[in-house]
Amino acid sequence: MPAKEYCRPDPEELLRRIQTQEATEARGRLKIFLGYAPRVGKSLRMFDEGRRRKTRGQDVVVGAIQEKSVGDVEHLLGEFEILSSVEAILARHPEVCLIDELAKENPPGSRNPHRYQDVEDIRAAGINVVAAINLQHICEQQDAVERITGRRAIHAVPQTFIQSADEIVIVDVPPEQLTQHGTGTLTPAQLSELREVALLLAAQVVEHQLQVYMDAHGIMQSWGTQERILVCVTSRGSAREMLNSGARSAKRFHGHLLTVTVKTHDLERKDEEELQENLDYARQLGAEVHVLEGTDPITEIIRFAREQRITQVFIGHTQRKSWKFWEQNHVDRLIQAAEGMDVRIFPHAGVQPA
Amino acid sequence: MPACSLPEMEQETPRPATPRGKLKVFLGYAAGVGKTYQMLVEARALKKEGRDVVIGYFEPHGRKETIAQTEGLEFIPRRAYEYRGGSFEEMDTDAVIARRPDVAAVDEFAHTNAPGAERLKRWQDVMAILDAGIDVLTSLNVQHIESLNDQVWHVTGIRVRETVPDWVVGDADEVVMVDVTPRALLHRLERGVVYAPEKAASALENFFTESNLTALRELALRQTAHQIEERREDLRLPQPVKSTQPLRPERILIWLTAHPSTAMLIRRGRRVADYLNSSCTAVYVKSAGDQAAIDRHLSFCRNLKIESASIESNDPAKAVANYARENGITQIYVTRNAPDVQKLVQLAKDIQVTIVAERKR
Repeated sequence: MPAKEYCRPDPEELLRRIQTQEATEARGRLKIFLGYAPRVGKSLRMFDEGRRRKTRGQDVVVGAIQEKSVGDVEHLLGEFEILSSVEAILARHPEVCLIDELAKENPPGSRNPHRYQDVEDIRAAGINVVAAINLQHICEQQDAVERITGRRAIHAVPQTFIQSADEIVIVDVPPEQLTQHGTGTLTPAQLSELREVALLLAAQVVEHQLQVYMDAHGIMQSWGTQERILVCVTSRGSAREMLNSGARSAKRFHGHLLTVTVKTHDLERKDEEELQENLDYARQLGAEVHVLEGTDPITEIIRFAREQRITQVFIGHTQRKSWKFWEQNHVDRLIQAAEGMDVRIFPHAGVQPA
Repeated sequence: MPACSLPEMEQETPRPATPRGKLKVFLGYAAGVGKTYQMLVEARALKKEGRDVVIGYFEPHGRKETIAQTEGLEFIPRRAYEYRGGSFEEMDTDAVIARRPDVAAVDEFAHTNAPGAERLKRWQDVMAILDAGIDVLTSLNVQHIESLNDQVWHVTGIRVRETVPDWVVGDADEVVMVDVTPRALLHRLERGVVYAPEKAASALENFFTESNLTALRELALRQTAHQIEERREDLRLPQPVKSTQPLRPERILIWLTAHPSTAMLIRRGRRVADYLNSSCTAVYVKSAGDQAAIDRHLSFCRNLKIESASIESNDPAKAVANYARENGITQIYVTRNAPDVQKLVQLAKDIQVTIVAERKR
């Protein structure tokens, strides 16, 4: 088994890494329980975690709770010391603080307008926070949730805050279990969609964490589990077909779509315009577009694909020998060099089978 | 470490006579995340609701909290098998079926039975129980899903030997993700909750690294999301977003050769076809080459529900291209090692060719 590839980071990168590390060391850790709908049991999971930490000897307090805590949660709550303000928490300085309903707004005159801002202050003081939130209370997910349920929560937390968590746990319960117990007005189909959105959000956060971890340890190997599709576009050929296929694959795999072109200076005006149209089309499809420069397109594409941890490369080929750019041996070279990536070769539109 | 592994052949499952039981899978990403625990919590909850629940198979691993969850549940005694002087215990599937409960909890879905047992794999035992109209709760780690085998190896360096074909998991009525963060899992391991101390130390050094666990967890989250989406599509429930429909349905053809990387090719083809809702078939060109290897690949295809055909020709690339055209194939899947890949690309003309990566470490 060959050793993992290690790389020497550039100084700026190194500085960023050190700063991040210093910041994380001083700060309290944040762990978030994410639910996909009301009553999946995220608060219960959070308080249960608090209880277990307490039995292991950690100093745990409750900072904020849902107004309508019921049943099991209420039972668990009795075990904790409850503090009602940020000031009280900072003064008491426990090891761990449990905070429910992250999206809540604070009453006027409070230290911060939003509860999640309180969390920042508490963490800044070196106190660990375990918190709970539902999907509908995350800003960037609100459109998706509204499309599914027709409803929109008033208060929300920016997703960057969720991503800043050291740990995120998804509280996964099959929709049947929720509807069985006669809660809410959401149908099983709606719950199923919400559940999928929440799982993918968690996967995204986890992928980000994996990346941070690998960066911090200088690991360059492509370890991501997300499909990352790179469509290589030129002025001619089957760019649109390739982009459509790429977009479809990215959607089906919940992956990421990238488009790349290598700039050559000898493009005619007509070709330049067509290339721009293709790139615009890629952007419309939601692709991340990159323009590379270099004398050898294949070398540039391979380098870029490795950097970007690409799992599938889409490229066009032609039957015509006269094309210098994508002539056959370029494709062969790409196939040989693209180790660890699938290479999908598209026939060029307009080139009829002989 | 060999580049590929092939599971044993699948046995035909008989047609069910009674309405099939429902299968619920508790999906995790490593030992100790709490799959079995969750499964037992559910079993007890069902019993409390008045259903007749038994434990078909349970692997205690000496975990006290998990064992406590079996309290009040009826165990179906295991059956012992003798093999080469050793004695092995497996689930007594016949006894579970004869007992006729409403629900059976069966741990470790991907387990391979000891030699001499009626079926090779526990998932096949579970199929038999479902066919008898009994609901099953089971536990599974994401790394045991066949089409993820190469990716898991790539990520962790571990070649998982016990696998479950994707369609088996895809047919489950419900998949629930049992989530715990890698950090919490590592703490559990350090506290000796998961393994005995000496085993825990070696586990921490090898498999249980933060990056391994994080990557596997991401795979499990994505897999669960995919299962949910598939299930919704099966039920024809409304779709969240209008998908970009292709002009014609995708049809994937896998070109089988004797090369060892063909197993990887088959897994990848199957996986992509499943995600793209594409058909997936395979073809091989008869040659004087290694027929035993071809046979293994053909059996692997059957296992993953990929139909295959054979053609005779002295010009393999041409024959495959023609076969693809005649069968309305949109994408041909080949390994980098297939003979005449370049020629195939030339001859495929209007058909796309995907050269599948040989994922290495």
